[in-house]
Amino acid sequence: MPEGAETVAAPPMLDASVAFGRVLRGAGLRVGTDRIVGFARALEELDPGRRDDAYWAGRVTLVSRPEDIEVYDRAFKLFWDSGGNVKTRARKKPRLSVTIPEDSVAPPKETVEKNESGDEAVMLRYSPVEVLRNKDFALYTPEEFAELNRMLADLRLSGALRRSRRLEPAARGRHDPRRTLRGAMRTGGEALRHHFRKARVQPRRVVLLCDVSGSMSSYSRALLRFLHAGVASGARLEAFSMGTRLTRITRELATRDPDRALKQASGAVRDLSGGTRLGDAVKEFVDRWGQRGMARGAVIVVFSDGWDRGDVTVLAEQMQRLSRLAYRIIWVNPLKAAPAYRPLAGGMAAALPYVDVFLSGHNFESLEDLARAVADATRRDPDGTDRM
Amino acid sequence: MSEGPNGRRGALPSGVSLSEDLRKRLRKSDYLADEGLATAIFLALKLGRPLFLEGEAGVGKTEVAKVLSRILDTPLIRLQCYEGIDVYQAVYEWDYARQLLHIRATEALGGGDRESLEKDLYNREFLVSRPLLQALEHQGPMPPVLLIDEVDRADDEFEAFLLEILSDFAVTIPELGTVVAERPPVAILTSNRTREVHDALKRRCLYHYIEHPSFEREVEILRLRVPEAEEILARQVAAATERMRAMDLYKPPGVAETLDWTEALVALGAKKLDESFVQATLGSVLKYREDHQRAKMMNLMDMVVGLESGGG
Repeated sequence: MPEGAETVAAPPMLDASVAFGRVLRGAGLRVGTDRIVGFARALEELDPGRRDDAYWAGRVTLVSRPEDIEVYDRAFKLFWDSGGNVKTRARKKPRLSVTIPEDSVAPPKETVEKNESGDEAVMLRYSPVEVLRNKDFALYTPEEFAELNRMLADLRLSGALRRSRRLEPAARGRHDPRRTLRGAMRTGGEALRHHFRKARVQPRRVVLLCDVSGSMSSYSRALLRFLHAGVASGARLEAFSMGTRLTRITRELATRDPDRALKQASGAVRDLSGGTRLGDAVKEFVDRWGQRGMARGAVIVVFSDGWDRGDVTVLAEQMQRLSRLAYRIIWVNPLKAAPAYRPLAGGMAAALPYVDVFLSGHNFESLEDLARAVADATRRDPDGTDRM
Repeated sequence: MSEGPNGRRGALPSGVSLSEDLRKRLRKSDYLADEGLATAIFLALKLGRPLFLEGEAGVGKTEVAKVLSRILDTPLIRLQCYEGIDVYQAVYEWDYARQLLHIRATEALGGGDRESLEKDLYNREFLVSRPLLQALEHQGPMPPVLLIDEVDRADDEFEAFLLEILSDFAVTIPELGTVVAERPPVAILTSNRTREVHDALKRRCLYHYIEHPSFEREVEILRLRVPEAEEILARQVAAATERMRAMDLYKPPGVAETLDWTEALVALGAKKLDESFVQATLGSVLKYREDHQRAKMMNLMDMVVGLESGGG
């Protein structure tokens, strides 16, 4: 066994490993060189001619999320069945069907620049902001969406504060024997000065559940951007999209480049214009993530028009579960902007008793309200309704 | 303290050279691993890399570390993570109270210049080692098993620190110098996925996701771990849990709950399931009131009691 050969000789299985790594990358897994080397090493310890051994060597070294196992399985089957001769680039099959119509979301920057020139550009950039703040997202032009990006970049999204269990030095609070005694060392064992510490405050986790169904499509674009601004600003933030199924999109939104992030997120979200079964989506969230800890003490933001194609009693039951876990639930419903709107219809009426803050989220100004509500550490409204 | 960083890697028990051997050895110690898990453990031991285990609560993640310490005949050192855990709780801490006493004692004896006093004070004997340091300092024919439990509960700062320790198996104590593990400990990390652990940390590790066992394997596990249970009872319990897992519960039972349940049934003298036994013991498998109601609604009792011989 090549014990000491760690860094020197290339593992004999390296070629095959690299080839398989390429297949996986083509399928969308993040497989770095270090992982591929690890895979090659693992193969050496097993019997690479045996299908199961080869399979597990890769499962253990190349995959590190249960979500990726399915992709890995498919890629492995393909690779093994073809005897390692997979044309990698050729089969970039579109595993993700629906995309946000790109031209409307992200106008190439050049066109924006071209339309504007000289003084007018300055005018265009500054004057419309006030107008845009109150304009309904559904009426936005592509140029205005580009402007929205810039505006969102300044919007800080950070959860309400809570006390962490981590302690930090403070002028008063709990006695800190460690630092006191440490100080005493310097003064001949006499504790001249006493030190204290107290619990650090930390922003709460913010979890966004974004309905991306057809009925929300004119708003979900802006909201996805809002999510991206939040994730990119480094807040403790998790994002999920709710459509016909629940999809975690935190990772897709975590890049600094908004256009790429949106493209990736729209890739991850398969059901941009299917119907929503809200209750099922919320249930899936609570089952898979919320109850295990993600929702505990968190600020939950639900973006949805409350139009549930499923059974609304499921939604009510699940919202109740969620409200027992969460610190606060904020529901953002663009329909609320219409003066005549009353939250009487099915899903919304069922969910509302468990909602602490109910907002509209149809324009930039209301997104600002949302950012404020998220950061607000005061107690819940006792009646659990509209506080705007 | 040793010269080279981590001289010899790998820590297979003697007589084990294939993952199949290891699987048999695990079985002999009452742990039934499927091929994937056995291979993952085998590679972790052989390559000397940490093993990162994820899976539903109660599928036996922590158990892996325990059984490894039995097989390797080496201590199990456990670090339970929680929010706010820091270096002083995980690695080392100076024993300030004893240091102070030492100063006083030296003074009282009228002794010692300042320099030698300080040397005395920051001496190994005043250092309290916490789990991670214990694991690095362990001396013995086999490296210890280091269980870092529920990493997902610790915060980012600590994760970054773990990353450092798990890549070099060394830690620096400013007053003393660097402690390097002679042989890297067998590190097992577990996570319940309350949050996603950073990629960088996962990359250092081999990864395995533990699923609920199949019906046959669960029966086997029950027979192995609760030998007093009748075959029929074990099959019925396994069949019932399998159904519960498919039932869309808030907290589907894991193997740990199945074992608890079987033990509870055996304690009550059950030879096989009947309605009153199920009534009396359901609380050891299902931990939510809503889940109990659902089980009742779905006529769990009828289904289970009808399962004379069990069956998947």
